[in-house]
Amino acid sequence: MTENKTLPTEYVTNPDEIKTSIGKTLRTDEMIINMGPQHPSTHGVLRLEVVLDGEIIVDVIPHIGYLHRCFEKHSEHMTNYQQVIPYADRMDYLASMCNDWGYALAVERMLKIEVPERVEYIRVIMAELQRIASHLIAIGTYGIDLGAFTPFLWCFRDRERILDLFEMTCGARLLYNYIWVGGVSHDLPPKFVERAKDFCTYFRPKIKELNDLLSFNEIFIKRTANIGVLPADVAINYGCSGPMLRGSGVNWDLRRDDPYGIYDKLEWEVRVGKGEMGTIGDCWDRYMVRVREMEQSVNLIEQALDKLPEGNVQAAIPKRIRPEVGEMYVRTESPRGELGFYIISDGSTSPYRVKARSPAFVNLSVLPEISRGAMIGDLVAIVGSVDIVLGEVDR
Amino acid sequence: MNAVKTYFTGIWKGIFTAMIGMKTTIRHLFTPAVTIQYPDVKLKLPERARNRLYVNIDDCIGCDQCSMACPVDCITIETIKSTPDQDLGVTSTGHKKRLHVPVFDIDIAKCCYCALCVYPCPTECIVMTDVFEFSEFERHNLIYNYSRMTEAEIAEAREKLKKAEEEAAAKKAAAAAKAAEAKPEEGSST
Amino acid sequence: MQELLTSVLGDTVLVFVVLAAMPLLFILPYALVTIYLEMKISAHMQDRVAYMRTGWHGVLQPVADILKLLQKEDTIHSGADKTLFRIAPFLVFIGSYASFAVLPFSSAYIGADINLGVFYLIAVSSLGVIGILMAGWASNNKWSLIGAVRSVSQIVSYEIPIALSILIAVMITQSLNLQEITRFQEGGLQNWVLFGGPLPLWQKLLLMPFTFVTFVILMIAGIAEVNRVPFDLPEAESELVQGFNTEYSGMKFAIFYLAEFANMFVVSAMTVSLFLGGWSSPFGDFMSGPLWGVFWFVTKGMLFVILQIWIRWTLPRLRVDQLMHISWKVMTPFLFVCIFAVGLILVL
Repeated sequence: MTENKTLPTEYVTNPDEIKTSIGKTLRTDEMIINMGPQHPSTHGVLRLEVVLDGEIIVDVIPHIGYLHRCFEKHSEHMTNYQQVIPYADRMDYLASMCNDWGYALAVERMLKIEVPERVEYIRVIMAELQRIASHLIAIGTYGIDLGAFTPFLWCFRDRERILDLFEMTCGARLLYNYIWVGGVSHDLPPKFVERAKDFCTYFRPKIKELNDLLSFNEIFIKRTANIGVLPADVAINYGCSGPMLRGSGVNWDLRRDDPYGIYDKLEWEVRVGKGEMGTIGDCWDRYMVRVREMEQSVNLIEQALDKLPEGNVQAAIPKRIRPEVGEMYVRTESPRGELGFYIISDGSTSPYRVKARSPAFVNLSVLPEISRGAMIGDLVAIVGSVDIVLGEVDR
Repeated sequence: MNAVKTYFTGIWKGIFTAMIGMKTTIRHLFTPAVTIQYPDVKLKLPERARNRLYVNIDDCIGCDQCSMACPVDCITIETIKSTPDQDLGVTSTGHKKRLHVPVFDIDIAKCCYCALCVYPCPTECIVMTDVFEFSEFERHNLIYNYSRMTEAEIAEAREKLKKAEEEAAAKKAAAAAKAAEAKPEEGSST
Repeated sequence: MQELLTSVLGDTVLVFVVLAAMPLLFILPYALVTIYLEMKISAHMQDRVAYMRTGWHGVLQPVADILKLLQKEDTIHSGADKTLFRIAPFLVFIGSYASFAVLPFSSAYIGADINLGVFYLIAVSSLGVIGILMAGWASNNKWSLIGAVRSVSQIVSYEIPIALSILIAVMITQSLNLQEITRFQEGGLQNWVLFGGPLPLWQKLLLMPFTFVTFVILMIAGIAEVNRVPFDLPEAESELVQGFNTEYSGMKFAIFYLAEFANMFVVSAMTVSLFLGGWSSPFGDFMSGPLWGVFWFVTKGMLFVILQIWIRWTLPRLRVDQLMHISWKVMTPFLFVCIFAVGLILVL
């Protein structure tokens, strides 16, 4: 390996010695294997350097940066704050609505503007639909990593319905540029409410089907329970958030504990891992938190659709966005965890600095800690349960 | 005893959950498929769909708003001012056109389909259509030139502008000279 | 069969060549049909349709696949051990192909009617293991090596449950000759070894739970022998790309592929001959005869192949140590109990 400088030296120069019966000694060394940037499993371009002792993992060193696109630098050169939103979309491309909302919220708080109530309801509906879509991908690809090919296609079939709803509203299927500073770009089209309600009734039995096929399948449980156990204090110390944190039993959800939008007006529950199939904080718990969150999202969407008020969604969109000099950090709950935007303004129409605190980046940092002692086959399960999107990790 | 119990429950659960899974899949074997046979069958996109850009150049007044709004700088616009004796007409929305637009290039390969150019256009001449099958073999074919002015027309417009500017400059110089003449006369007369 | 060919062609080596190539006549169409079935069944289970453009509903797609594999570049990378790399696919294929010699396709046709048919079957199907190990080693690729080593351990461990299940069937039918075993089960559904064989009713009722358990274990162990999901850790793990297959392309990969399909049929055929009556009709005398025998044999075999396809697209993959646990700690003890019980019942 040419990049030994990244390895701590104790692993390379500490071989075990085995004495054979004829008095010679066999040196056993650790094998360094590269799960290279081109992965068969669909997580993106992540390079994992795995130090193995036989089949047991001794250390995992993630190398990132293959998808770095200078989002933060680009935002400094945009002519106004609205132009940054297409770039923010592309960070976590599987949950674009939540990126847009985080950034728009940060700028709105800097400008101290209030958006109409209809806009808040629309934003919640879109964010929860996006949460379901993102979790469907996480679950589907997790199944494929572990060899179950069918749930992947069923998840994508359901996700197509959500993308149809999005396309109806704003015209795009993946990168929306929908939630703007001060409002949303289009009002909901006429048939949206009934189609969204149809989707909710369609989707609930699909979750049950998914549970039948994958979640409670004994082989799947054997592959994921007691694997990659993340204790709650370690999770908090590393700064994990989202399903990773809730899977470890910590009852913390930004939508309830640091509320934004109208989440405090809707009734829903925070889902926490309880160690049903193994220890608290194993891969199964994290996976199940995502499945159960999907159910809660459906509840939220139905409530929001019922309570949707009338109003002009573009009333509060400012003509010129020129916040006063200052800084603002706003955090929202994206499907992967706590997505934070830290914006520094120098009084002009374009931001001075935009920093995105990406949840997947922080969650990935805990990977070496939880995969020590596991086998190679488990590493795939662990990486899948962290649910990283490389666009967000590298920005 | 506990180990024996987990052993047997593990076996039973393994077989039982596998059977449930198999029942689910075999049921799906007989449900109709959700896919369509593209390209024989194409879905109709919703009316707000954001795909390839189209510019109705007759309506363009050359205001450059779309080019400034684009986050990836894929629109290139050059304009030539028209002289007062030229009548470029009125757009379909009622705006009077005052600028020739010899160059209106959109590099659709760079476009990020955000539609930020559509909103500021005063005449709504730049729209996003629902065309998404526009791949080309050569990359330079993806630069769409929307302007329809011929070389002769462009040259003529530039000529006219130059002449008009020269005349204006000459007039200004003459007026300045006259004013300069008038001042010393006044000065000397007092 | 041999006499027929000798009378036509005379007493030459050509007779033996034709005889040896006879199973190919079955394997090649069977492979095409199975590839088509696999893609269609998996597609409909996943709410989509598979190929529709090559031929009516994609019927010619397997042909297109094979043509594609044939005209691909057959690369051997520079670090590979060239001789072993070239031999490996053929060894694996030989392992499956040689088993076709003793499969009783019908009462009139069996390649080699030897008295040790079953024993030969178990012995020869292990030949594939050497081929897989060679492929993994010769690829000079850490991932292939890991995959090959796992595959070897898996196949060797699952030989034991297969052998023990076969032992139980042999105990009931009292012969190792596959034709004899099938003839033993002639006469209808009730004579199948799965239901206890043509023994007195009280013995059958006592035997049936054990034969059912043995049958299920034989099915599962058969899937493990073929390296299919849920036991395909050596092959298609997300990190192993294709396991020992990774560096192979073109015709050699096609041979691996063909060997896997042939193995699927061998394992199904073995299960069918031992437990489900082979070429005998389930209706007794109705629809029985030499040609009907082929029909019943192939149908029953294909039923199990479809079962394997069904299981593949439903269940996730097992990890290596869980695989070993199932083989050594679950299947083998259960089979020992079954052997003991069946022996006791037969003696009574």
